[in-house]
Amino acid sequence: MPTIVVEVMPKAELLDPQGKAVAGALARLGESRFTGVRIGKRFELVTDGPVDDALLSDVQKLAEDMLSNSVIEDVISVHVDGGDGSAVGSSSGDSSSGDAPAGELTGQAEASTQTGAR
Amino acid sequence: MRIGVITFPGSLDDRDAQRAVRLAGGEPVALWHGDHDLAGVDALVLPGGFSYGDYLRAGAIASLSPIMREVVAAANSGMPVLGICNGFQMLTEAHLLPGGLIRNEVGTFVCKDQKLRVENTSTAWTNGFEQGQEITIPLKNGEGGYIADEETLARLEGEGLVAFRYLGKNPNGSLRDIAGITNARGNVVGLMPHPEHATEPGFGPDTPTAMRSGVDGLTMFTSALQGVLAG
Repeated sequence: MPTIVVEVMPKAELLDPQGKAVAGALARLGESRFTGVRIGKRFELVTDGPVDDALLSDVQKLAEDMLSNSVIEDVISVHVDGGDGSAVGSSSGDSSSGDAPAGELTGQAEASTQTGAR
Repeated sequence: MRIGVITFPGSLDDRDAQRAVRLAGGEPVALWHGDHDLAGVDALVLPGGFSYGDYLRAGAIASLSPIMREVVAAANSGMPVLGICNGFQMLTEAHLLPGGLIRNEVGTFVCKDQKLRVENTSTAWTNGFEQGQEITIPLKNGEGGYIADEETLARLEGEGLVAFRYLGKNPNGSLRDIAGITNARGNVVGLMPHPEHATEPGFGPDTPTAMRSGVDGLTMFTSALQGVLAG
């Protein structure tokens, strides 16, 4: 079934206490290669109908009006994932293998990618 | 004098708010988020808690509740509306008040008796205070950092719409130490600290004279009752 992915991030200029806490934990692990962490949200809207421009346009509006709050967040992306019915994360259905995060996000988006802000 | 208190799924302080209304001399009316009915009340309280588990964003899903259509209409027609903590978050999500609330800068839940300064005494909920009065009421939240863009902050300051400001150390990273704001009309007020928890001797914050004797929050409820009577 088609899945429309919406990604939302806290505004760049705002403090992200969650990201800050994770950055602190990374530092305590001895990781010094990362200077910052920010945490956002990924929504997966599943539909059993056709995904056309009208639907994507409606999702874009819902993303801006309801899934995010423009005072504190930006909609980063609205795109279709696995448009041909393939599962999300089609590189491997096995999420338990714990190996490298190959193909994460990249290479799967087939349809339009719109950025709502930034 | 009837003041409605709306219960949402996950509200925690609805009963406390009802009790505060009663202690102030009003009649509390329990309202339900799923109804389209304000039962003819004279004023409204959106209580604290964790509606919908703070899913999506704190107050976001509750702000889309059926009853919010009536709340927005009542607020726009001048009815006194008070949002406490989660209720404040709902009022910003419903665009009845500007700005938003994000996770505390300290990264932890904060629960303490908090000193505030009353900055605006011309609102429906603060007219019983003295200008600049310092009060102490409980503060308890995880997402109480008030934020807004510079333009909005300048407007809030310029038009005197900051209703309450934190005194002492800023507890949650709120910009300009803002603890609560009002709309321009003065009928809609939202604040993160909890006036309803400081309304009855024996159950409020400590004061210099006696433990748990603080009742500074009661004035918010008597203010609304006075205003409704006068109006």
